[in-house]
Amino acid sequence: MELLVAITIGVLTFSGIYLILRARTFSVALGLTLFSYAVNLFLFVMGRLHTGQPAVLNDASSYTDPVPQALVLTAIVIGFAMTSFVLILALRAYTELGSDHVDGVEKTKKITGLGRNKQNKKKRTGAKR
Amino acid sequence: MNHLLLVPVLLPLICGALLMTTSRSPINQVRLISCGSVLLLFLAALYLLTQAGSGQIQVYGLGDWPAPFGIVLVLDRLSALMLMVTAVLGVFVTLYAMRGDDLRGGYFHALLQFQLAGINGAFLTGDLFNLFVFFEILLIASYALLLHGLGAARLRAALHYVILNLIGSSLFLISAGLFYGIAGTLNLVDLARFIAQAEGDQLFLLEAAGALLMMVFGLKAAFFPLYFWLPRAYAHATAPVAALFAIMTKIGLYAILRFSTLVFGVSAGGASGLGTGVLWVLALVTVVLSILGAFAANTLTSLLAYLVLVSVGTLLAGIASGTEESITAILYYLLHSTWIIAGLFLLADIIAKQRGDLATGLKVGPQLLNPHLLGGTFFVAAIAVAGLPPFSGFFGKVLLLQSVSGSAAWQLWPVILISGLVGVVGLSRAGSMIFWRSNNTLSGAAPLDKTAYFFTVLLLLTSPLLVVFAQPVIAFTEATAQQIMDVPSYLNAMQLKEAL
Repeated sequence: MELLVAITIGVLTFSGIYLILRARTFSVALGLTLFSYAVNLFLFVMGRLHTGQPAVLNDASSYTDPVPQALVLTAIVIGFAMTSFVLILALRAYTELGSDHVDGVEKTKKITGLGRNKQNKKKRTGAKR
Repeated sequence: MNHLLLVPVLLPLICGALLMTTSRSPINQVRLISCGSVLLLFLAALYLLTQAGSGQIQVYGLGDWPAPFGIVLVLDRLSALMLMVTAVLGVFVTLYAMRGDDLRGGYFHALLQFQLAGINGAFLTGDLFNLFVFFEILLIASYALLLHGLGAARLRAALHYVILNLIGSSLFLISAGLFYGIAGTLNLVDLARFIAQAEGDQLFLLEAAGALLMMVFGLKAAFFPLYFWLPRAYAHATAPVAALFAIMTKIGLYAILRFSTLVFGVSAGGASGLGTGVLWVLALVTVVLSILGAFAANTLTSLLAYLVLVSVGTLLAGIASGTEESITAILYYLLHSTWIIAGLFLLADIIAKQRGDLATGLKVGPQLLNPHLLGGTFFVAAIAVAGLPPFSGFFGKVLLLQSVSGSAAWQLWPVILISGLVGVVGLSRAGSMIFWRSNNTLSGAAPLDKTAYFFTVLLLLTSPLLVVFAQPVIAFTEATAQQIMDVPSYLNAMQLKEAL
């Protein structure tokens, strides 16, 4: 079972990091989500793998460590909040900057339909400076 | 137990929650709550500083659970000092923001309070996982504060900042998980005790977790090669937010200092001094690259953002060198660099308001309305930040240069001295462009906001004050350095019996 869990965490991390390195905000958000799944799973199994054991200390000689479960619960909640924030931010950036590239600017090709939007953006950043 | 230890976390948290509910109240009411909160926070920090000055390490067990099992807050000289730095910054940022910047978006004061709660918590906690939680609190507040006032430039900067920090948080969790999986504890002092005895595979895994953690703190502290997000974010943030962010890099540095003295300190056995060789090189590279960035900056705010990085590199060099003298020096330099750079960010905003559309761009622009007053202030602040006598930057750098010897001195002295020179050239280039080379068109800019200017000058006055009171301040930082190097005293304070 250890091997299976380790492979699962590995695959999730690999996919997450691959997606984070993409240039589009949506892929990055997906990648962050997968990566945080991997991290949560990793955190959870740090209490070692047990089946059918109580999660609290009692007379039994074997028990499941409750601390990683508490930690992973906190991590899930925080991760959820952060993911929703990054999604809202990505949407906002897309509508305001006219591009879903993580740099906010198209590097490779120009999208003709958004030309006007781009000019506006230039004006706006100019004004900021 | 001293319940006052909770005040720096609870007070801004409660006021922040209160401010969320009163967001539709008259702005004066909101400002009154926010202002009252930061002033009380300042008094609490002052009181805790005097208490910590006695040299006793205070431990507050939440719910009165004993140390390795329950969550603890720890107040030592270092935490008290950092609380003080934050409180002073919080007061001036709030006062400055009340001159109008808080109206450029919703919930400014509430977010500021949450950010302060997170920062104070990070300085007080004695538990690795709670450090993560407080980091997240201050980060999510900082995401929203960075976006305060919106605009395309801020959105673009925030996207990088948020994504990078989310990756950092995930790495933090992996590292915390590893620490717990191997050592079975998250209490920093207990962790230090475990690491002192660890060997073989255990030690290797703990070192891997420690290295991962240094990377996360490095992202927050922003040193090479993890600093590329910082110049854009700081240069585009609203002035009071940029000023508040002057403490953000120091939180990463504080965490590195805490780990390199307590967990991976002199008594850590095989893991002693983990990564200090690498950190030393990275610190010097950071100073060199960021001073080049400051020299090439095309706006005043991005010049200041690169100066933040110079101070990060300088401080990191002191931490990596790791002697009592170097830590004494950098704690003094930390006080100076945080307050003065924050003051300069506020001053840059006042200057920008008199230059119309050009704002802080380093181009020939309109004549300022108060060139002598603002120019004079900028001149003095630039001398302080560049590290020329008679101001505090000079003393900090001299102390740091004196603390190293041998081959380390041959590496550090040229880097610090030449970067100081380049910094002076860069700052005088910016100053002459803004104050002397005008195209004689009077801009239609707003007249000087005297109250905002007064607050900015008060914050900048900390530099001469640090010089006047250099003796007691350095005595305190010296005692701080001694205390954090003395790991057994932390074990005693938490009543963890086994010796290292």
